[in-house]
Amino acid sequence: MRLVVDLNRCQGYAQCAFLAPDVFAMHGEEGLLYTPEADEAQREKLAQAAAACPVQAILVDAVDPPAEAVSGER
Amino acid sequence: MNGDASLEQLRREGRVVIVGASLAGLRAAETLREKGFAGSLTMIGDEPYEPYDRPPLSKQVLLGMAGADRTALPRRRALDATWRLGVPATGLDMAAGRVRLADGDEVPYDRLLIATGVRARPWPHAAEAELDGVFVLRTRDDGAALARRLAERPKRVLVIGAGFTGSEIASACRERGLAVTVAERAAAPLVGALGGVVGAVAAELQREHGVDLRCGVMVTALEGDATGRVRAAHLSDGSSVETDVVIVSLGATRNTEWLAGSGLGAGPRGIACDAGCRAFDIRGIVTDDIYVAGDVARSPHALFGYQFLSLEHWGNAVSQAETAAHNMLSASSDRLPHLWMPAFWSSQFGVNIKSVGVPTLGTEIVVSQGSLADRRFVGVYGYQGRVIGAVAFDHARWLPFYQELIETTVPFPPPFPTVDRRPEGRRPVDADFPDPSVPTHGPTVTLSGYSPADRRMTFTPAH
Repeated sequence: MRLVVDLNRCQGYAQCAFLAPDVFAMHGEEGLLYTPEADEAQREKLAQAAAACPVQAILVDAVDPPAEAVSGER
Repeated sequence: MNGDASLEQLRREGRVVIVGASLAGLRAAETLREKGFAGSLTMIGDEPYEPYDRPPLSKQVLLGMAGADRTALPRRRALDATWRLGVPATGLDMAAGRVRLADGDEVPYDRLLIATGVRARPWPHAAEAELDGVFVLRTRDDGAALARRLAERPKRVLVIGAGFTGSEIASACRERGLAVTVAERAAAPLVGALGGVVGAVAAELQREHGVDLRCGVMVTALEGDATGRVRAAHLSDGSSVETDVVIVSLGATRNTEWLAGSGLGAGPRGIACDAGCRAFDIRGIVTDDIYVAGDVARSPHALFGYQFLSLEHWGNAVSQAETAAHNMLSASSDRLPHLWMPAFWSSQFGVNIKSVGVPTLGTEIVVSQGSLADRRFVGVYGYQGRVIGAVAFDHARWLPFYQELIETTVPFPPPFPTVDRRPEGRRPVDADFPDPSVPTHGPTVTLSGYSPADRRMTFTPAH
């Protein structure tokens, strides 16, 4: 599962770091570091973290990683 | 209603081509489909990878938290697009409505979006740039190569240029316990983007974290050993630095060369477009079928005197792509202006740096909260008596407030007492930006004058 955090929105509430500590971690007082590609085992926790974010800054794949985009073939 | 009929046809069976398969290109494509575009969609990208996120390359990837090949962007929806990846666009025929590709193919379009972005400015001496151990950091391949080399524990890393990327790289290296020298031509890190007052704080942060920071110097030569590996750098002050990894962080160059001779208003400053993301041609006439988004665009902004702004910002790429996609499918009365408030973030040396507005326009700065000495503060930038930008060090939650001040053109200095009344908060001082006509690693916001056809590199300061 791929994810991205809109760090313009993020205000360091750290809800995600509590709910999915293997994916999100605070770095310094209010900075956030996250793993851009999480293991399938994290799916549930990741969904909780995305839902709990007070500023809704977390975007997780809405579709399974598409096969369409992996080659230069037409 | 002829126009409606042709728009309807465009939505149903038109051909949209997007050149640039990164953040802006992907989000534009998704927006087109969200808005019901059912025609053909072609994504052209010079890198052989599906769209990926670049900010982690100088942070998570260098820290070893994530592989450079694992930052692909999440998808909002399926695209049903034709992907031409690993094939750069090499030309544009505006009259025929075709994009030429490096492999000789031509792709016809009814609407074209250009989102070709920027690339890292290379080390100017080609032979030195070829030395083993000399890197730039912009792409996934750059990130993978650099992360691999850092994992080999080089004895010393030299970062040339202390803009945001260079500073983040230095921060990651220190966090990994590597010895780091940073060479910066200006008087302090980040001065191009935030000015000298804030730059001085950034300099203290670097030194406190063990960076050997050398300001006011240029690297004059890189020296290799007999096997072609870099071993030293020579500086303009006569000193030299023994190093086995050099990272060139001298800002970015806009990917517009492929448009030379096309008649589009594209040049080294980017591609000029109107507030609705429509590209100008070199005569200053707006096109109606070619749109621009992301780092390569320069567009006028009502809040900042209608100056053309080039924004190398993640959030701008997303927002401008969405607006461009909407406008591509809309009648003129339904189009939206791209009025995104400039904003960016950087994470370095444990500090979360965020900004809104256009600090580079500012002539004065006042510390309205916190204190420079604590490295926790909000600095407010003023320009001609109004609040024009703000920067926060570990004070991110306050930025929406300052954004509102900018949006409502509140006078500067801001008409409220500073929150915690530190001595330095009471009076504005010169923000101390370097002479903008001198090229630096670069601000991430560039004011590029008024003329849509302006292809000169000279800067026209507004103050």
